[in-house]
Order: sequence, then structure tokens, then C-alpha cells
Amino acid sequence: MDFSVSEDRRILGDSLNRLMADACSFEARVCAAYAEPWHDPVLWAKLSDLGVFYAFLPEASGGVGGSGFDVLAAIEPLGRALCPEPFLGQIIGLRLLAAVGAETEDALAGTTKLAVAIAEPQAPWDPRDIATEAEKSLDGWQISGRKSSVYGGPVADLLLVAARVNDRLGLFQLNADQAARHTYGMIDGGGAAEITLDGTRATCLAPDAGAMIDDALDWGRLVLAAEALGAMEAAFALLVETLKTRQQFGRPLSAFQALQHRSVDLKIALEEVRSITIKAANSMGSPDQARCVAQMKALVGRGCLQMAEETIQMQGGIAMTWDYAASHYAKRLAMIDAQLGDVSYHLTRLAGGGL
Amino acid sequence: MDLNYSPAEAAFQTELRAFLTANLPAELSEKVRTGQELRGDDYARWHAILSAKGWLAGTWPKDYGGQDWTPTQAHIFEEETALAHAPRVVPFGVKMLGPVLLKFGNAAQKAEYLPRILDGTDWWCQGYSEPGAGSDLASLKTRADRDGDDYIVNGQKTWTTLGQYANRIFCLVRTSNAGKPQEGISFLLLDLDMDGIEMRPIRLIEGGYEVNEVFFTDVRVPATRLVGAENEGWTIAKYLLGHERTNLALTGLSLAALGRLKALSQQVYRGGRAIGDDPLFSVRLAEVEAELEALRISNLRLLAGGGAPMEEASMLKIRGTKIRQTIDDLARQALGPSAAPWPGHALGSNLHPAPDGGEAVASSYFNNRKLSIYGGSNEIQRNILAKEIFG
Repeated sequence: MDFSVSEDRRILGDSLNRLMADACSFEARVCAAYAEPWHDPVLWAKLSDLGVFYAFLPEASGGVGGSGFDVLAAIEPLGRALCPEPFLGQIIGLRLLAAVGAETEDALAGTTKLAVAIAEPQAPWDPRDIATEAEKSLDGWQISGRKSSVYGGPVADLLLVAARVNDRLGLFQLNADQAARHTYGMIDGGGAAEITLDGTRATCLAPDAGAMIDDALDWGRLVLAAEALGAMEAAFALLVETLKTRQQFGRPLSAFQALQHRSVDLKIALEEVRSITIKAANSMGSPDQARCVAQMKALVGRGCLQMAEETIQMQGGIAMTWDYAASHYAKRLAMIDAQLGDVSYHLTRLAGGGL
Repeated sequence: MDLNYSPAEAAFQTELRAFLTANLPAELSEKVRTGQELRGDDYARWHAILSAKGWLAGTWPKDYGGQDWTPTQAHIFEEETALAHAPRVVPFGVKMLGPVLLKFGNAAQKAEYLPRILDGTDWWCQGYSEPGAGSDLASLKTRADRDGDDYIVNGQKTWTTLGQYANRIFCLVRTSNAGKPQEGISFLLLDLDMDGIEMRPIRLIEGGYEVNEVFFTDVRVPATRLVGAENEGWTIAKYLLGHERTNLALTGLSLAALGRLKALSQQVYRGGRAIGDDPLFSVRLAEVEAELEALRISNLRLLAGGGAPMEEASMLKIRGTKIRQTIDDLARQALGPSAAPWPGHALGSNLHPAPDGGEAVASSYFNNRKLSIYGGSNEIQRNILAKEIFG
């Protein structure tokens, strides 16, 4: 076995860490993350110039990577900096475009921004619950329904939409400006949209795309896990620094055994998340992928919530404030649980035996 | 044993419910129900309604404008007002300074300040914590140096809740460095418009403004503003924190929040089934409901004994805040990704992915992390309890 990170991926990670330090400082991040359009075009361009999106597809689809470990290398630095850019939709979208054999060049270059409209208010996580329907007429395909939690939706150029075609799930594409988008900022930063489709014309990429959509969502979950890992590490580092420096009762907080033990529990949770994420990254493309990813997202959700709640509690009031980064890490970490399936959803899937 | 309210208590509950039906403004209860921010004039309006009935400070003695409520009556008031989604009574004047003045204040102080709390003339805020004195409150450094008939106050206070609406502040200040830190603290009353006081807002995790930091530079305060004896402020602080903790069982607020959660969980559907009917979710809901029932009885057991001493109050605080936070966490789970929209940041309300009343779920989840931190963190409460058990 070899758990070392390859030279190429280490170089990519180092470049991204430098870019984040330069262009996504805490102050810059807060500015971009919480104000319309919840995105910084300059930062997006710099990520694109670095070629980060090419890491998410194999050479056959125009990329230079495409393995689970490429996702870890590229996304962990973004999570560490709480980067609010809409990379989640870009990566899920790229996997979908590659799966159907569509053109990926502009999306790989970052000049086209993708968002995926899969979730619905009553189908937040399981594509089998989707109610949106597509119908073919002489004029082509038309889609009707309501899409929810479209991450990156406010700034996307292209929307990839999942819609029911009889008893199957089809994948469709339309220009974002053709859909009614109701945009919003999220409490943990970044933007999303609710989308209403009412006989909206779209291009059919694949009339039977259920398996592709499941696979692309797994890639999205891996992105979230890698982001969580970076954010957990950064949040934990802030906690350790505070406990070492803040004095109460004449000694540093780190001298109190109750806090030492709970800090150790967080470190254990962090390493657990790292291990299950490595296992899932390794499983991508294998028959074991769905099960490994479900295990991963369940432990990621649990670890993120523990890290969020405990770093606030142990640092006290200061971690409740907007001006200290710990509060923003806590928000992002807690909200990751609800993206692409929470702890209960994935544990229920695993317990059901279908994976 | 008899776990029923006495006939007099039951009659009070009935009267209170009728009063709330007739007098609680719908705009206020709607704001509370949906988790919207209450402004200073919202609180003032509700205080005035209660004050007109004589119920703003029901636990105060009748001689001072109260009703001599028993602890059980006060508990009934907390639960019924919370269940009706009434604004809470701002505690700093009514529940904190009031009881302190009644026990430690001189006749002149009682005569001057108590009526002004009841009629809304004064809005008090609390100057306890400092940047370097949180859990270790006794290490506070804000100084009050005697100068003739005055004290000169210098230092900084923080986490001053709703201070932006206040005109006065009660402070713990250091008047001596001799002996143990607890022995040199005094309890002082200041006006926020005194020269040398500056208040700055602190923005919180969810984006709201409810706490402040307060800076004191050579503030001249008449010595008549001292409550109790000089250097005996710690006794007052402990008394006051005991009062604050009694309210922190939060059973009324948790009951109301649980009711809202149940309603919410029947309005969120996943795969054709309400989340409230999901086996995993409904088990967790049942668990927290059982915990809350136990807490209510714990609370009533202590109240029946005539009030909560420090140690038992610590138990109520630990359990009460945990249960309230669990309810918030379940609401977060119920909404899933529909909890993500940040209130006030675009999106037409009719297109909000959360059902009615769910828009502030994530804000509440994050904001209520404060419950286990303020009023003596739950770690400090455990220290108090451990000392009680092990000596």
C-alpha cells in the first residue's frame, strides 16, 4: 500500500494553497461569499487559469486527471480557504457532460459555468423522487417542474436538468437565461437558485440518464467531503490556537482536561473523515463506489457537525462572532451535512441494503 | 404526590390564556413564531401591555408593583407566554436588576429605579463579561476608582445583549485588588449617556446584531450608584446569576419550538412522505419530547421546593440549553437543503423552499449555540455540579 500523494497532485495542491492565500483571504472571502452575485469573477478566472477544472475529467474527456484522488488534491485547499466559488456545480456538470459525450472544452477552461438542477423541494437528495417532467413534441423537448437548491445557479451559463421521461430519468441542457431563476445567498456563503420550468424548451442530452446522474452525484459528494476535510482542518487549527493562547482562571484553556479530551475527539473525527474519504476516492469507478460514498458522506456529515458545534462551544462567545473566521467555518461545516444527502439519508440507504 | 396545578394555579393559567388571546398583538406573535428579529419597540410594546395588567414583573412584591407570584406561577407564565409565541420579557431590568435592588438596594434606589423598569422609562443592559473575563468572570478588570463622591470607571465590557436599546447599564467593576479576585468587585449602576461611554455593535454568526461591546473611559459615576457595599458585588453577581439560571431551563421556549418543529415536519415531504413520518426522524423527535417532559418535572420539583439553589439551577441550564439546541438541530435536519437560504438575501418569499415558519431555521440553529455559552457556560455549570458531588 502507498498512501503518499503523487508529485503532480502535490504541486496542484500547493498552487491552489498559494492562490487561496493570495486571492481568497478571510476578508476577501467574506466580501464575495455573502453579497450578490455570491461569486468573485476574478477568483474564478484565476482558478480557471490554473487549470483546476481539468483535474476532474480523464484525458479521454479532455481533462488531465479524473480520479478520486485528483478531487481530493484540488478541493481540499478550496475548503481550507472556505472558497465560495461555485465549483460543486461545475464538477457535477462536467461529469455529466463527459458521461453523455458532450462538448466539455469551455467548461474545463472555466469560460462556461455549469449548474445542475436535479434537486426539488420534495426531492432534495434522491433522484428517484423527482417529479419534474419532460415531454417531446414536434418543437422538441419541453420541461415543466420546480427545481431547488441549484448551487451556483445565480451565475451559471448552462443548466443541466434532470427530468422524468415516462418512467426514466432524462438529462437535459438549457441556457440559464431561458429559465426563471430565483436567486439567493446561502447562510454559509455562496449562492443558489430555485428554478421554475413551465414548458421550457431544452436539449435532450440523454433520455435514460439515471445511472449517470447517480454517478455524478457521487462525484459531488466526494467534492463536499474534500471541501469538508480542508475546512475541518482549518477550523481545528483555529481551535487549538485559541485554547493555547486564551487564559482563564490563570492558565491557558488548553490546560483544562475536559477541553483537552474534547479536542482529541475532534482530531479523531477529522482523521476518521480523512480515512473514509480516501477509501471513497479510491472506490470511484468501481462497483463499490455507491456504498463507499454513502459511508463517506454519513461520516462527513457527522464529523462536520461535531467540529462546527464543538469549536464554537469550546472557544466560547468569540466563535459566535462574524468577525472571527471560526464562525464561518462552523456555518459551512454544518451546512455541508444537508448537501447531497445528510447523515440519516445515507445511513438509511446503507441500512436498506441496496448499495 | 399530586402533579396537578392547585385550583388557584389552574385558575391563573386560565386567566393568563384568556389574557393572551385578547391582548397579544398578532404582529408580535407572528414575528416570534417565524423567528423574525424583534426590535426595541416590539419589546417595549409588549412590556407596556403586561405592565398595564401588572404582570410585567409578577414575581416582584405587591408593594413594588408586582403580584407576589410563586415560582410555580412564574413557571406557568413562562410556558403560557412562550406557547402563545409572545415576545420574551427582556430580563435585564425585570428579572435581573429588579431582584437585585429588592434584595440589596437601599430605599432610595428601590424608589428611584423600580418604577422606571415597570413603566418602560428605563431599559437596562448588563455589563458583566469582559474580553478577558468570560467563564472566569471574577478576573474582570474594569476599574472603578473612588474620587470624592464619585467613582471613575475605566475598562471594557462585552456581550451586552440588546444594549443598543438600553439607556442604563449595571456593571460589575473592580474596586480593590486586595485578597481574592472575588473580594474586590462592586455592583455599580451607570447611565449610558454619561461622558466617556461608547457602545459598539458586535455582529453575530448568523449576521444579526443583538450584542455589543461597551467602552468606559474616565466615566464619572456618583457613589450613590453603588448597590450594596463596596467590594461585595460578587455576592450580588452570584445571586443574580442564580436568578438568570432559573429562567434558563427554557421549558416554555422549548415547548413552543417543539410544537413548531412538529408542524414543520408534517409540511416537508421527501419521496411522498412527510419527514415527520420518517422512522429515524420520528424516533429522534420522540426522544427529545421525552427529555423535555423530564426537564419540566425537574423544573417543577425545584420550584415546589421554593426556588432553585445554584447547583440544581446548573442542571436545569445544562439540560434546558441542550434540549433547546436539539430541537433546533432537528429542525435543521427536517428542512435539509431548504434551510440554506439566508433570510433577507434575495428570493421571493413565495418561492422559499422551506414551508411557512421555516425560513429562520438555520439562523436559529446557529444563533442558539449561544445558549450553552452565556450565563455561565455549560462547562462552568458542570464545574459547579462536580464541586457539589465531590466537594
